[in-house]
Amino acid sequence: MTNQLPDLRDSEQRLKNRVQDILAEAGRQGASAAEVSVSEDVGLSVTVRMRDLESVEFNHDRGFGITVYFGQRKGSASTSDSSVEAIRETVRAAANIARHTQEDPCAGLADPDRMAHDLPDLDLYHPWDIDPEAAQTLALECEAAGLGFDQRVRNSDGASVSSQRSCRVYGNSHGFVGGYVGSRHSISCVLIAADDAGMQRDYWYTTDRNPDALEAARAVGLEAGRRAVAKLSPRKVKTGAFPVAFSAQTAGGLAGHLLGAISGGALYRRASFLPDSLGAQVAAEHLTFSEAPHLPGALGSAAFDGEGVATAAKAFIDRGSVASYILSSYSGRKLGLATTGNAGGVFNLTVSGRTLPVDELLKELGSGLLVTDLMGQGVNPVTGDYSRGATGFWVDRGEIAYPVDEITIAANLKDMFRGLVCLGDDLDMRGNIRAPTVLIDRMTLAGD
Amino acid sequence: MTQALLEDARQRLWVPAGIEQQDVDRLMGRLMGRDVDLGELYFQYQRHESWALEDGIVKDGAYSVDQGVGVRAVAGEKTGFAYAEDIMLPSLTAATEAARSITRLGQSGSVPAPFRQTVPARYGATDPIRSVSEEVKVAVLGQVDTLARSLDPRVREVNVRLAASHESVLVVASDGTLAADVRPLVRLDVSVIVEQNGRRERGSAGAGGRFELSRLVADGTAESLAKEAVRTALVNLDAEDAPAGPMTVVLGPGWPGVLLHEAVGHGLEGDFNRKGSSAFSNRVGEQVASTLCTVVDDGTLDERRGSLTVDDEGTPTQATVLIEKGILKGYMQDKQNARLMGVSSTGNGRRQSYAHMPMPRMTNTFMQPGTHDPEEIISSVGKGIYAVNFGGGQVDITSGRFVFSATEAYRIEGGRLTRPIRGATLIGNGPEVMTRISMVGKDLALDRGVGVCGKDGQSVPVGVGQPTLRIDEVVVGGTSTG
Repeated sequence: MTNQLPDLRDSEQRLKNRVQDILAEAGRQGASAAEVSVSEDVGLSVTVRMRDLESVEFNHDRGFGITVYFGQRKGSASTSDSSVEAIRETVRAAANIARHTQEDPCAGLADPDRMAHDLPDLDLYHPWDIDPEAAQTLALECEAAGLGFDQRVRNSDGASVSSQRSCRVYGNSHGFVGGYVGSRHSISCVLIAADDAGMQRDYWYTTDRNPDALEAARAVGLEAGRRAVAKLSPRKVKTGAFPVAFSAQTAGGLAGHLLGAISGGALYRRASFLPDSLGAQVAAEHLTFSEAPHLPGALGSAAFDGEGVATAAKAFIDRGSVASYILSSYSGRKLGLATTGNAGGVFNLTVSGRTLPVDELLKELGSGLLVTDLMGQGVNPVTGDYSRGATGFWVDRGEIAYPVDEITIAANLKDMFRGLVCLGDDLDMRGNIRAPTVLIDRMTLAGD
Repeated sequence: MTQALLEDARQRLWVPAGIEQQDVDRLMGRLMGRDVDLGELYFQYQRHESWALEDGIVKDGAYSVDQGVGVRAVAGEKTGFAYAEDIMLPSLTAATEAARSITRLGQSGSVPAPFRQTVPARYGATDPIRSVSEEVKVAVLGQVDTLARSLDPRVREVNVRLAASHESVLVVASDGTLAADVRPLVRLDVSVIVEQNGRRERGSAGAGGRFELSRLVADGTAESLAKEAVRTALVNLDAEDAPAGPMTVVLGPGWPGVLLHEAVGHGLEGDFNRKGSSAFSNRVGEQVASTLCTVVDDGTLDERRGSLTVDDEGTPTQATVLIEKGILKGYMQDKQNARLMGVSSTGNGRRQSYAHMPMPRMTNTFMQPGTHDPEEIISSVGKGIYAVNFGGGQVDITSGRFVFSATEAYRIEGGRLTRPIRGATLIGNGPEVMTRISMVGKDLALDRGVGVCGKDGQSVPVGVGQPTLRIDEVVVGGTSTG
């Protein structure tokens, strides 16, 4: 086997043909409608630890999933088997399920007039011709920089270089077939610092579709080392109510809770803390959440959603009010609304609002907590009750004073978004949700 | 291991691809470069089926087949890994070449003749997916829905999910391992949303294990889950804000054993301790918990969700004492970490699938019972909380910091349970909290079989358990400071 990853541009047409074959088989087996997703992923991941190679992993995944409809009944099946025989067997398994499910008036494909027609090239595929040796060299450079940052960086959980390529094709019996190839590369490092009070770990990473846009390996290692050392000798905080800032790295998750609450699935199941909120003020009046699905080269870009519906730029939260729910065809029908082209979620969502330089945001915070890590699952999406473990820094009169840990922070998400004071100017662009540091006026901290 | 299991796995995994023992021997020879300590081929075939009810109808079902071969070459601390998702010789050969690329080219190593151990199977080999007809599966979901809605008029939404999987694995390794396992796994989950005067709450319950689906369907489990989900939702409808700050906490038996999983379990996995990255590293023989605590990881329990006849490296599972009367006795090991630390594998080498590398993982982790009546433990607390249900937890093994979040809890006032409180997260440091366990009940219970453990992006089914415990001080993360 060569150590070169295959070029997946060659796969796209083959996978499109495969989608057609699978849809044809579904028709032969009597399905009134069907939709198919086929994917191929290849990649390489190299990890070094304590200045030596730890692992070389090659991945190559293929598979497809089909959903068939017999009128209003539905069944799904998937397999990693790429044989011709597997097509027949998998369609048969889906059809067998559909014979036993019950009629669902909302089931079915997206409406045909919502299918994406223009499939622009979104510049998502930037293969990195890196072999295991070169990846190892880069990972070693990354880890060495971090280990050399400070004498207190004593141990490592490894530095990794990963390069992935994927091809995804979706098609349905309306005649829609769309596909794209994409790439994603990353360099990451986890380091452990120690002093008399104990050990602390932290990490840093860079990720992009284009290898040329990655942060330097050395910079990633240095930042991991800096962060691990900064956490040493943490203190506890006094129990009480204080302002809390969420770092840009943790704010994306916080934004995700609000997005979840205005998502169709949670809304029609009555499992959202913001039911019937379309048009309602649910957050501070300066806050806007908007998506931009067609940004060239961005991690969350796509011309069509998970059911072939054209994606489009829009705001979900506009100056604090719910401007749009996040809907698929199915959840839309359940709510008596049209799909928003968000089957599978949002695309390149940016959190914006009243923005200050981070040092000024900390001044506005005054005395309270800057959260850098969150732990646990203490979020109740039905009630909005929020209680999670936190690590970070105590901020005293606008300045970072010392590291703190073993704290819980608690409030209700409804109050948190209404009490969102301002944002930092440090948007974290490494994910599908791009958020900056977020300042919340008041939460309950539990510590000593 | 019985000959029958091995034959079953060969029929499933090798025969359709025309693979014979001599092909496997040849691949193993290629894999064994000069520096390779362990070469391994892991064949897996898995089928999974699930059915989901929502809005009173069984609206969705899914079936999947996954198969493949994971190929691993281990040399000291280094691992080369590749996999093929079709069990065909050309793909297998390519994966073998990729996996061995970590080692310098050298002569092919020799591979000893395979040996087989006789291990009693911890569960039956029957395919749970086929053990019950589709009609019965659909009918059971409907019955759970009807029952849940009939229990209380405040029940607004009911979701029920039934899932079953059947997995065949065959492990061939250069240390002579030739092992097979056929693993059933089933679960039934019920969740409800109740509503009263505009306030809504959820409640959920689930059960499962390594047995036939007919058991979940027939023995009253479905009814008890519906009742439990509705009960917890209604309790939370009346709950008030949880207190904030350090206080005495009593944990109920069974599922709250997730405390042990987070506070000590992960920190005692061999890889972290070999690397020195755990808060428990280099502490064997030291007091790491109160003398009342004996903690065991046991993969041999019959039909438990976390049990395995052999682990994913073909090593028979065992009962491993991790902490005995507060003293740290040892770690959970897979082959690589055991060899590097100079001990034996404890049968804890697990992987999510053929496409993932094995590592030390828990099976069923629990604390042995003590001497106190549960009532006695609650009545010993003047002011504190009693937590009986948890959503899940997380740990930072390096600092020892862990959290877990209660989904059903009550205040204790004057030795008596009083008002229910809304979800609160508990946070602490594993080695510190374990030393503050001051009473252990005689009521050891294991969870009902729904645990999922995540590590390095890999999920595996696990079990947890414990008796009622009193912890003298833990930080409780509510919103009420009064």
